[in-house]
Amino acid sequence: MKTIMLRGRKVVGGCVEGEALVTRDRISGWGGIDPRTGTIIETRHELRGQSFKGKVLVFPGAKGSSGWSSQFHVARLAGAALAAMLFNEMTTKIALGAVVTHAPAMTDFDQDPLALIATGDWVRVDADQGIVEITKNGA
Amino acid sequence: MRLTGDEQAMLDGAGGPAVQKAMDLLVRYGEALGAERLVDTNNVCATVGATTPFIRDYAAQHPGGMDAVFSEFSLDSAEVVKIPKVKAYSSHLQQGIDPNHAEQQGVSAELVQIYRKGEAFVGALGVQLLNTCTPYQVGNVPVRGEHCAWMESSAVIYCNSVLGGRTNAEGRESAGAAMLTGKIPYWGYHLEQNRLGTHLIELEVEVRDTADWGLLGYYVGEMVQERIPVLSGVSHVPNLARLKHFGAAASSSGGVEMYHVIGVTPEAGSMNEAFGGRKPLATIKYGAAERTLAYERLNSTARERRVDYVMLGCPHYSIEQIWEVCQLLEGQHIHAGTSLWIFTPHSIKQVADRNGYTRIIAEAGGHLMTDTCSAFGRVIPKGAKVAAVDSAKQAHYLPAIMGVQAWFGSTADCVQAAITGRWSGAAK
Repeated sequence: MKTIMLRGRKVVGGCVEGEALVTRDRISGWGGIDPRTGTIIETRHELRGQSFKGKVLVFPGAKGSSGWSSQFHVARLAGAALAAMLFNEMTTKIALGAVVTHAPAMTDFDQDPLALIATGDWVRVDADQGIVEITKNGA
Repeated sequence: MRLTGDEQAMLDGAGGPAVQKAMDLLVRYGEALGAERLVDTNNVCATVGATTPFIRDYAAQHPGGMDAVFSEFSLDSAEVVKIPKVKAYSSHLQQGIDPNHAEQQGVSAELVQIYRKGEAFVGALGVQLLNTCTPYQVGNVPVRGEHCAWMESSAVIYCNSVLGGRTNAEGRESAGAAMLTGKIPYWGYHLEQNRLGTHLIELEVEVRDTADWGLLGYYVGEMVQERIPVLSGVSHVPNLARLKHFGAAASSSGGVEMYHVIGVTPEAGSMNEAFGGRKPLATIKYGAAERTLAYERLNSTARERRVDYVMLGCPHYSIEQIWEVCQLLEGQHIHAGTSLWIFTPHSIKQVADRNGYTRIIAEAGGHLMTDTCSAFGRVIPKGAKVAAVDSAKQAHYLPAIMGVQAWFGSTADCVQAAITGRWSGAAK
C-alpha cells in the first residue's frame, strides 16, 4: 500500500490517525461552525453541512471572529472535536484554537497538504515527530 | 520560549494556582505560535461572562460556579481554581443578553439572574463592565505603540489600523490569561515588521457612507483573507463609524486584522511608509463591478421582500449613528409586523436618554438596546424570518447563526424597511 509522507512543525503534540476532511476555504469559528455537532454552517462555505467531528481536518487556516478558539473549545467539551488539524497559515486564532482543542496539530509543511491529501484519505498524524503519513483512499 | 524571571516565577506557582494556569496556557499558546517570548500588556479586552447558550448551561450545572467557568473557558483548565483580581487593566466586551430588554429578547428571569451573577463576579475581579464590542467608543482608546491583548475581530482591526495600538486577535483563553498575568505572546502584530501592507487596493468608485465602507470591507476581506490591505484613492476622509464598518466587514469575509488608508491611518503617511518600501504582492481594483459583487454576496440569503426585523448597531452604534437614525425616524411609526432593535454601549445609551433619542425611537415603536447583539446573543424578535441590516458583518453572520434571511443596505434603506415593512433597497 502506497503511503505519502509529509514533514512539518508541531503546533500541539500527540499522535492520532483518522479520515481526512479537506477544504481550500478558510474556516470561521464563531458563526462558522456549530460547536455542538462540529458542523460547518457558514452560508457560502464549500463544506457547509459537513461535520469535522473525529476527522483529520486539512485546511488553509482560520478567518473571522476572535471567538474561534472558544468555539473549538466548546466543540471539545461537547464531544464534537476533530481528531487532528493540519493547516498552512499560522494565526493567533488557529494557534489558540489548536491548543484548547487538545488534539495533535501541525503546520509549516515541506509540501502542501492541500495538494496531497483528499477527503476520505486515511491520515496518521505524529505531531511529536513532525510526520504525517497519508494512505490514499482506494489505494 | 524564553521566560523572564517574573514569568518563570508565575509558571512555578509564585502567583497562586490561577496565575500558574494562566502562564501555562500562555506558554503552550506561545510555543504553538512559534513565539520567542512574551510581552507586557496593560490593556486587555475580553468576554468572560456566561451568557452565551453553551456556557450558561455549564455555569448553571457546575458546582464550581463562575470560578469553574473562568477556569475552563478562560484558562483552559478543567481543574477549578479560585480566580484572583485581575492584574492588567481589563475591559469586558459584549454579553449574551440585554438584561433591561429581557422580555423583548425572550430571555427568562433565570437567565437574567445568571447574567447578574456573572456580571457581579466579573466586576469584583476588577474588569471594567463596558459590555460592548466597541471599547474604543467608550473610553478605552489605545495609544500608538501600546501593546494590547484584545478579542473581538472588529475591535482588533480598529485598534491596530486606526489607533496604531498593537494587538493580535486574541481568544477567550489567551485574553483571560493576559488579565491575570499582564503578559501575551510577542508575535504577529506586536512586531513592527509584521504591520506593513501587503496588498494595494485602488478605489475607482466613491466610498462615502457606512454601507459603502461595509461593502468595500467585505470585498477586500474576501480578496486578501488574513493579509494587510492598503487603500489608495479614498476621496473623502472617513470617520469613526465608517472605519468601524469597514473593519468589521473585512474581518468577517476574511481574517484581516490590520489595514492602512494612505494619508489617513497613523502608520500610512505615504505609500512608501505603508509598504515599508516593499512592492505590493498584488494590486486589486475596487470599481463598480466589485461593489456590485459584494452587494450580491451580502444579499445572497434574501428572497422575501417582507421584512419583519430591522437590526441596527453592529458593531454597536455611536451616538452619531443614533442621531442619524432619529432624524430619519422622528414622527414616523414603524410597521405593525416589523420590529426595530438598535444596539449601543450602555454608556452611549445614557447620552441617548438625555438627548431624547431613546424616546424618539420608542415613540416610533423601536427599542434601543445595550450589551449584546442578535448574532452574539442569538436574540431576535419571536418568529422573525427576514431581517434588514446596515452591517456587512451582521449580514454575513446572522443567516448562518439564526437561520433568517438578511437584506443588507444603507441605514436609510433599513429605517425605510422598518417603517414600510418591506425591503426597497437596491445596489448602486
